Amino acid sequence: MNIVVCVKHVPDAQSERTFNEDNTTDREGVDGLLSELDEYPVEAALQLVDAAQGEVTVLTVGPDQAADAIKKSLQMGAHRGVHVNDAAIHGSDAVATSLILAEAIKKIGDVDLVLTGLASTDGTMSVVPAMLAERLGLPQVTVASELTVEGGKATIRRDGDVASETIEASLPAVVSVTDQINEPRYPSFKGIMAAKKKPVETWSLADLGVDAGSVGLDAAWTTVESFEKRPPRQKGQIVTDEGDGGTKLAQFLSAQKFI
Amino acid sequence: MNAKHPGRKPSLDPLDLVGIDDVLSDEEKAVRASVRQLCDKSIDPHVAEWFESGELPVARELAKELGDLGLLGMHLQGYGCAGMSAVDYGLACLELEASDSGIRSLVSVQGSLAMFAIHRWGSEEQKQEWLPRMAAGDAIGCFGLTEPDYGSDPGSMRTHARRDGDDWVLDGAKMWITNGSIADVAVVWAKVDGDEGGSEIRGFVVPTDTPGFSAPLIKHKMSLRASVSSELVLDGVRLPQSAIFPEVRGLKGPLSCLNEARYGIIWGSLGAARSSFEAALAYSKERVQFDKPIGAFQLTQSKLAQMSTELNLGALLALHLGRRKDAGTLLPQQVSVGKLNNVTKALEICRTARTILGANGISLEYPVIRHMNNLESVLTYEGTPEMHTLVVGQALTGESAFR
Repeated sequence: MNIVVCVKHVPDAQSERTFNEDNTTDREGVDGLLSELDEYPVEAALQLVDAAQGEVTVLTVGPDQAADAIKKSLQMGAHRGVHVNDAAIHGSDAVATSLILAEAIKKIGDVDLVLTGLASTDGTMSVVPAMLAERLGLPQVTVASELTVEGGKATIRRDGDVASETIEASLPAVVSVTDQINEPRYPSFKGIMAAKKKPVETWSLADLGVDAGSVGLDAAWTTVESFEKRPPRQKGQIVTDEGDGGTKLAQFLSAQKFI
Repeated sequence: MNAKHPGRKPSLDPLDLVGIDDVLSDEEKAVRASVRQLCDKSIDPHVAEWFESGELPVARELAKELGDLGLLGMHLQGYGCAGMSAVDYGLACLELEASDSGIRSLVSVQGSLAMFAIHRWGSEEQKQEWLPRMAAGDAIGCFGLTEPDYGSDPGSMRTHARRDGDDWVLDGAKMWITNGSIADVAVVWAKVDGDEGGSEIRGFVVPTDTPGFSAPLIKHKMSLRASVSSELVLDGVRLPQSAIFPEVRGLKGPLSCLNEARYGIIWGSLGAARSSFEAALAYSKERVQFDKPIGAFQLTQSKLAQMSTELNLGALLALHLGRRKDAGTLLPQQVSVGKLNNVTKALEICRTARTILGANGISLEYPVIRHMNNLESVLTYEGTPEMHTLVVGQALTGESAFR
């Protein structure tokens, strides 16, 4: 089984995140890492090929430092990496990103399963998996908290507020997974050493036959108009117990959909 | 100037004040991150409890997990070992000891003493039999050199091995042996009659299920409580000729192993210090007295600045010695400088951190008193500060003041 995992290199949420003058995310001035939500599809892919052979290719779109996201995935055990890197990609929105990913996946070819995380931890759009499936003409089964692949079919469990659905799709398919699906491994020393020798290909837009004018900031359907820092956290709500504290607490939790 | 990102403004990290991370490679940072993740998940949530109960109930499972990551004998080549660099090994020791000196001791004794001894001095048969299982964490090793009456002066040991036909028979006792009671194999150093009269020290690989071998647990410790410390009793332990290290003779054998373990301690001790410093720094910002955080008082700032400075100096020394070790130019006397300085300073840092935490400094709710008590052992094991001082003294003057 050949699996492509789409991963993203994002600014480390632990450090001070900023924007560039053109209101795009500053990816140069801060430390980045493999989006934590993307560790889950990498782990899911590794578990699938551990059980049934095959190859895991990690695919990322991003500037030079995005290679670190591929490297981390290779250290975890993925077999090879593809990095689409082109100056014209700067400022691309989800629509353009899905186009680039789709063309790259077509070029990789012979793919049984495309896995993604739930969302990137920087843009948090959550729409790329669906767009990608549409562009590839593949079934999309998203928000999977459980995934099994058997007999040419992918079966997922999707947990909603009130019920869990079990959904089946024929392969090849695009599946996005949540942070409930597994516990991502950390790279072993052997994995760290082996990653140095694993193949990583770097492709430009021209390699994919994608017109540079169809991606990037100028072609984006959405633009960031302005931004401001999140206001400091407000004081929490204090529930005074006048004999009905329990009920008030339950109402609060229910309103927030915690219970 | 940031080497990797030339355009980026340098930023200040209180936990890496002078920016030593800049000179670590991405792989070295990846090694460190993986060890930290293991510690966060499998050690830190439990270690205060292990320390309090004076037990390491999960030693076997933990060894397996450490083996899976590649930590056991990680700087050795072949036989299932990960073949990492000395700096990688140092960074791993630092993270382990930031969790607990006892856990770092388990790994040091397994990798740098028992496995290194077999790897460096063992026969091919001994290596094949033990190293892959020890690297995987399926077999645990210990190292018997110190005796009840002989610590700094191991050459005077009483444990001896005598020939009986083709066999060797070992009698004697070893003391303060980390991993002893849980070990599958013990590397034991003993005196044998020399070929030309007198006696010489030889090493033996002793399966711990050999009749006559026992390893009673040492109790009533106030330090390294999350670590197994044992006595080894050798009462007519009969071994075949194949159990002896074929070539090495004299103190050179065990001392070469101690040099490896001491190197790990140069880094490890900084881990205990870093953890205590972190706790003290965080506490100094939260603890309010006289209407301001205690970190706003000059006396506390002085302590924090001193601690941080020593931590950074120690880290630079460790890294420098590690690069020398990787280059094959590290001398034992230089290891003595590192162990002497870093453990002494680490202990001072922990004691200072203890004062910043006030009464909370003695509680196991915080890591500080645990690290401080642990370092009391680390201070004197693998060479007391007195011995390392004399080694340095001899290196400087050419005069031995202890022999």
